Amino acid sequence: MKLKEIVEKLALEVRTKNVALDYDVKRGYASDLLSDVLANANEGDLWITLQVHQNIAAVAGMKGLSGIILINSREPEEATLRKAEDEKIPIMVSKLAAFELTGRLYNLGITGTGNAAKGI
Amino acid sequence: MNKERELSKVQELVYELKVSDAMKSNVISVGPATLMSELREILKINRISGTPVVDSNKLVGIISIEDFIKWLADGAKDCPIKDKMIVNVMTLFSDEPLVHAVSKLEQFGYGRLPVINRTDNKLLGVITKGDIIERLLKETEIDYHEEEIHRYRASHIFEDIIADKTTIIFRYYIKGKDFDKAGEVSTGLKKNFSRLGIDPQIARRAAIASYEAELNVVIHSDGGEMQVKVRPDKISIDVEDTGPGIADIEKAMQPGYSTAPEWVRELGFGAGMGLSNIKKCADKMSLTSVVGKGTHLKISIYMKKEGEPHEIKRDS
Repeated sequence: MKLKEIVEKLALEVRTKNVALDYDVKRGYASDLLSDVLANANEGDLWITLQVHQNIAAVAGMKGLSGIILINSREPEEATLRKAEDEKIPIMVSKLAAFELTGRLYNLGITGTGNAAKGI
Repeated sequence: MNKERELSKVQELVYELKVSDAMKSNVISVGPATLMSELREILKINRISGTPVVDSNKLVGIISIEDFIKWLADGAKDCPIKDKMIVNVMTLFSDEPLVHAVSKLEQFGYGRLPVINRTDNKLLGVITKGDIIERLLKETEIDYHEEEIHRYRASHIFEDIIADKTTIIFRYYIKGKDFDKAGEVSTGLKKNFSRLGIDPQIARRAAIASYEAELNVVIHSDGGEMQVKVRPDKISIDVEDTGPGIADIEKAMQPGYSTAPEWVRELGFGAGMGLSNIKKCADKMSLTSVVGKGTHLKISIYMKKEGEPHEIKRDS
């Protein structure tokens, strides 16, 4: 599903400017530990986190993630937005908590890293 | 993704460029005394659909093929152009941003607008939608070429340099405890790898390893240095800090083991996965440390892709 559709369906608020939302998202990853994301997220994953620090943009850029959703209406820092715009990583804000947001994404067909399917 | 990026680039450009950058300056113009019966030939020969009317360098009106048709329909009684031309001409100043031209052409549906000098109203040129498009295309092409040239130059460096062995060395200084700058070295490094034409998967592994190493220096030490060597066959990353040192390397290597303070963990760092992430990304890794002096980390990543995942050897 295109990121744009996800934004509409889950009433996300896009905070980055001039970053395209046409990535075709298939999977997601939820974590608040940067090293965990570096280790276990896959390229193209949509990242759900409560971290608002500018290093989330660097981590997302490093892994080639499709976007970052901040939960619980947490607002990104100004420096985070600027970095994300540099890296072309869209940052969105959701009013929902991680558990509920993840569930709704799953219902939209955005699944996890695929480890569950492999029986892990 | 690209389309919107290009669009925003064009949006920037219409503000940066001036009307004078896009207009055509060798303008065909007619005098006010030119006869309407001569207009058809002038338009035909120059393949234009309208032209400014100029009297001693000053713009006095504009006449277009529409006015000519109207004149024909009204009986084609010959007269000077000044009797049929439009007098209240909308103009643009040459130093206005291009976006003004875009909006005026759009708003009033004109095919062209005369461009005049702000100080003396002298006719300098004419601008059409076609001229604007042409100029913007040229500009985006220049940008595109520049990045292509960067890439081309960098990716051919190994072929272009004559030597038995070529190694490119990058050196970076990492500040301790500076979480605003943390990660910048590795972000820049990843860009370098991409420009050098290194396989994206290998570049990513190297960038993640260097990121974790960089963060370790930021979190735990007072600063350090990173040296990255790129050779055709491998990338070597060498990180040295003047930190507290690691008391128990075995333990530090265990995923989840962390000595990072609580406030660092709240930022999402210090999860105790840095070293094990580095190990996962590296083909070779060696870690030596002296408590009270500092830590020295060496990582190698081989350029060849086949046979992943690589066997990891640790020779510390």
